[in-house]
Amino acid sequence: MNAAVAKYLKVFDVGAQNTFVYRWNFVLRSVFGIVPLIGTIFLWKAMYGSSASGQLSGYNFSQLILYFAMTVFVDNLVTPTEDEWQIAGEIRDGRMSFLLLKPVSYLAYRFTLYASYRLLYTAVLLPGVALIFFFLREHITLPGHAFTWLAFGASTALAALIQFFLAYSLAMLAFWLLEISTVIFIVFSLEYFLSGHVFPLDLLPSWLAGFVKWGPFAYELYFPVQVFMERIRGEALATGLAIQAGWAATAWLAAMGLWRLGIRRYQAVGG
Amino acid sequence: MNRYLAIYRLTARNSLIREMNFKLNFLLWMLVELLWFLGQLAFIEVLYGQVQEIAGWTKWQVVTLVGVHQIVSQLFQALFYVNLANLPELVRTGRLDLMLTLPVDTQFAVSTRQLSFDCLVNALVGVGIVTFAMSRLGMMPGLLQLALFAAVIPLGIAAHYAVMFSLSCMSFWIIRAQSFIHGYFNLFHIGRYPEAVFRGVFRFIFTWLVPIVLVSNVPAKILARPFESPWGGIATLATATVLILAATRVLWLMALRRYASASS
Repeated sequence: MNAAVAKYLKVFDVGAQNTFVYRWNFVLRSVFGIVPLIGTIFLWKAMYGSSASGQLSGYNFSQLILYFAMTVFVDNLVTPTEDEWQIAGEIRDGRMSFLLLKPVSYLAYRFTLYASYRLLYTAVLLPGVALIFFFLREHITLPGHAFTWLAFGASTALAALIQFFLAYSLAMLAFWLLEISTVIFIVFSLEYFLSGHVFPLDLLPSWLAGFVKWGPFAYELYFPVQVFMERIRGEALATGLAIQAGWAATAWLAAMGLWRLGIRRYQAVGG
Repeated sequence: MNRYLAIYRLTARNSLIREMNFKLNFLLWMLVELLWFLGQLAFIEVLYGQVQEIAGWTKWQVVTLVGVHQIVSQLFQALFYVNLANLPELVRTGRLDLMLTLPVDTQFAVSTRQLSFDCLVNALVGVGIVTFAMSRLGMMPGLLQLALFAAVIPLGIAAHYAVMFSLSCMSFWIIRAQSFIHGYFNLFHIGRYPEAVFRGVFRFIFTWLVPIVLVSNVPAKILARPFESPWGGIATLATATVLILAATRVLWLMALRRYASASS
């Protein structure tokens, strides 16, 4: 047991060091990541200027700002950035052979790297996030109940699992297809609009909202943020967490299944 | 000059042949872009489900804006995007050496290595959307409007080029530069919003330092908001584009001096 833990701690460490080698890439990525948030804030400010009641679908301006600020934060914390490309690359170029010979589970190995990258990235980003929250402080309300923090933590962790297993499953397609970037971008475009990245999903017409509620994408971003804002509570919270756990389990099964099928087709290109 | 035109014609021909070799990929990329574009239209639908106007812009005016953004950015992507996105890789691997030895200007050589014809098709989708939005607005652009529109589109493409080229040049200083491609998309993300929503210091930055707000707004206003005088916007866009293009050239010359020619 201890040996297994030590092994993956080492992987975690390697991931962290690798990240630090490219620290500038890192910093600039986060700086550019702020630009859409600035645009979003200006756009919605104009939207509220045109709204007589000062309310849009039950959000006042401050709540909406909080929504987008939290979305950016959770997105940075859980969304894989390069993992699917790296995995697909390892399959395509045959670099995976070297890992297959080691006593590690590939899924656990990649998950450790993902966790190390996300945690480090968030840690580096924290001063920036704190600064943004400070600038927007008049719009920020923290959760009133201690329990909310717990629920938020749980749903963020589940969101991370869904996102990682989904990215991993997509990357597995590289066993069959030479070029998977189109597939990744097609899924990514659905994810982008249906995870609540661009606008809070309760602005959708009700016939679509039902569909979105049962789909996986809302649980990648929108749901944890709603939990944080205490807009989902009580029974709805329990149901939501159950659906989220269901999707995390489904994505995990898909990731494992695709790996088993795919590895039989692995050609170990180049050696 | 003629030599450059001849080279460019050959590049275009080769790119077309190359793309026709991967027909399925060509179609899939078009599908990807179409989905993104539909997502944007859905977003506008959601916004205007809430309000009648945003900063004085009506729904179909904003649809025109998004269509124009599609035209400009897809034309840019057809002509330059892949080449600029690959520049950091040329620098990292030292393959830029080869480009340096070519008997043409190296900035020209790295910027025009291949064209993406699928993006031209996507630009046509943008033209379709703009036409549709104009008909919903009940507007029929006059000849002067169309001429002005056609004249400012290249300025927009040049602004896209200058911003992304400057970002790619950073790879001479910082090795792994994927974040710059990301940066390009993040910056132009806000080019689809009506210019009027931006205020204060950010309005200045996004108008003068990186003129990303004007590139789609100026042509869109010529078509969809003919009651506003276009000249101020055109003059600003032209000046800002010339300035940033000149800055790009200076940056490129500085960057070349830094080039370490890895592995040779």
